[in-house]
Amino acid sequence: MKIKPKKSSKIMETKSDRMFDITNKILVWFFIIIIMYPLIYIVSASISNPSFVNSGEMWLFPKDITFEGFQRVFESKDIWIGYRNTIFYTLLGTFINLAVTLPCAYALSRTELVGKGVIMGMLIFTMFFDGGLVPTYLLVRDLGMVNTIWAMVIPSAASVWNIIVTMTFFKVTIPRGLEEAAEVDGASVFRTFFQIVLPLSAPIIAVMALFYGVGHWNQYFGALIYLTDRELFPLQLILREILIQQEIATEIMMQGGNIEAIGEQARIASIVKYAVMIVSAAPLLIAYPFLQRFFLKGVMIGSVKG
Amino acid sequence: MNKTVNIETNDPKTSISNGVPKDRKVRTQRMRKIIKHWQLYILLAPAIIYFLVFKYYPMYGVQIAFKNFRAVDGILGNEWVGFDHFTRFFESYYFWDLMWNTLSINLYQLLLFPVSIIVALSLNELRDGKFKKTAQTITYAPHFISVVVFVGMLIAFLDPATGIINHFIQLLGFEPIDFMTSPAWFKTIFVFSGEWQNLGWGAIIYLAALAGIDPQLHEAAKVDGATRWQRIWHINLPGIMPTIIILLILNMGNFMSVGFEKILLMQNPLNLEASQVIQTYVYDIGLLNGQFSYSTAVGLFNSVINFIILIVFNRLARKTGTSLW
Repeated sequence: MKIKPKKSSKIMETKSDRMFDITNKILVWFFIIIIMYPLIYIVSASISNPSFVNSGEMWLFPKDITFEGFQRVFESKDIWIGYRNTIFYTLLGTFINLAVTLPCAYALSRTELVGKGVIMGMLIFTMFFDGGLVPTYLLVRDLGMVNTIWAMVIPSAASVWNIIVTMTFFKVTIPRGLEEAAEVDGASVFRTFFQIVLPLSAPIIAVMALFYGVGHWNQYFGALIYLTDRELFPLQLILREILIQQEIATEIMMQGGNIEAIGEQARIASIVKYAVMIVSAAPLLIAYPFLQRFFLKGVMIGSVKG
Repeated sequence: MNKTVNIETNDPKTSISNGVPKDRKVRTQRMRKIIKHWQLYILLAPAIIYFLVFKYYPMYGVQIAFKNFRAVDGILGNEWVGFDHFTRFFESYYFWDLMWNTLSINLYQLLLFPVSIIVALSLNELRDGKFKKTAQTITYAPHFISVVVFVGMLIAFLDPATGIINHFIQLLGFEPIDFMTSPAWFKTIFVFSGEWQNLGWGAIIYLAALAGIDPQLHEAAKVDGATRWQRIWHINLPGIMPTIIILLILNMGNFMSVGFEKILLMQNPLNLEASQVIQTYVYDIGLLNGQFSYSTAVGLFNSVINFIILIVFNRLARKTGTSLW
């Protein structure tokens, strides 16, 4: 007969340990509720009648369900343009990030590299000291990138932290013998990297694509300082207008005609506000539970080095 | 002619005594290594170029802080004014306000540094694997909310007339508070909301460190009759101490800059006296008002202070045996 070790250890548990377990569970539940409540509230508010939301009658579950908010958001040209631009910047930006990060990290992971210390020092120094906002802005302007898509993807082409994480991955997971064998057989460094190392590195490529991708998706400050052409605005800048500056485009207001009453405007502003939060965060929040393990992996690899 | 001869004879590395000097041998070996693996340097090139252009060139451009920059003359073509811009900043009446806001917000944030540690220790004690995983998934989620949406949430929740927080406050019989326009509330809102967003994410790294603690330590302590609480205090906490110190130092490395994009979004004319920090000020006067030289000087001041804090803190940490370098 099998003896379950779990049971025997349970017998040994003292009363104080059980008390500890209960207190700890309460603490964890406290954190969970604190974090879940605002998220649930937003979802409920986005599909509730805004007058119940604003009066506080809707405080947890949706009341008088309506999809007017989403309808107005989806009919807005600004939102669609922002969405399109954001997807584009995220894809292009992430591609550039990977094209810079992976080769660099691989080269740094090789013991044959002469001058590794100097290069690492040069990279790490930038984590703690930088030229500042204005010199960087002037540079981007002088390069003619202002008001082009390049301003959104080139100035953030690589992050030192991600390079270090990737380098650590290569060091830990790619066996040295494999590279040596390939090179004894006459493969060049390029060939080893592209045909042997990269195919073995799917996990780190996924992690990096996610880290960089989320960064691009959520970025607003670069767009704020480098872009003035509305056609180029990413979603986050449009959201800033709606959520922070509370300027709901008249175009969103006008749908459905009659908007004379100020009360009606406030009603629309309110319902659009919550719907737009959901729409912008939806792709990440839907994908997140499935991608979570990749994010964790990234942080874990980083902590090995740290 | 004379000069080159001088250099040759003065350089000990190239001076030839008998046979091949050791330094030269090492050097040729190195050269051979570099040539043999030249493709490694091609792989490095994009990153090196990126960092030189976008990180180091702006550091070179920082010299406009000591000049009167006019766009037509470019970075190099203006007369030097020494520390004029710095003195102007130090003597301006808002200097101490900016310093106070920058430092106090960061110190405030530092007070909440242990929250993530508590979350990690607490999650680590959960016996039920499924519940643990769910709890982790939920606590990490807010990290992925963009700063724009996040500040949008704050504005919506804290609205004096329609916000849910004020509905609760009224339910308890108090007057509604206009949080977002109140300087007195600004720092608390900023710091606590930031904690809400990152308490779970910040815990991941500690959880990783906790997973690395030798289980034999716990077994031995159990045999000796240690309670759960004692084991956390005497095994888990010391076990993750190096990680805590490293994260503290890294935190210090960003001491003057934490959360500037969020502050910028939370600012409005009414809370400005509490919400204007050095970096948002640089944005205001530099990019919005075009005072490039002056704002660069202010930014440089900020970077230098930041760097000094990092170095001092790292030196202190070295005494505990853990440091960045």
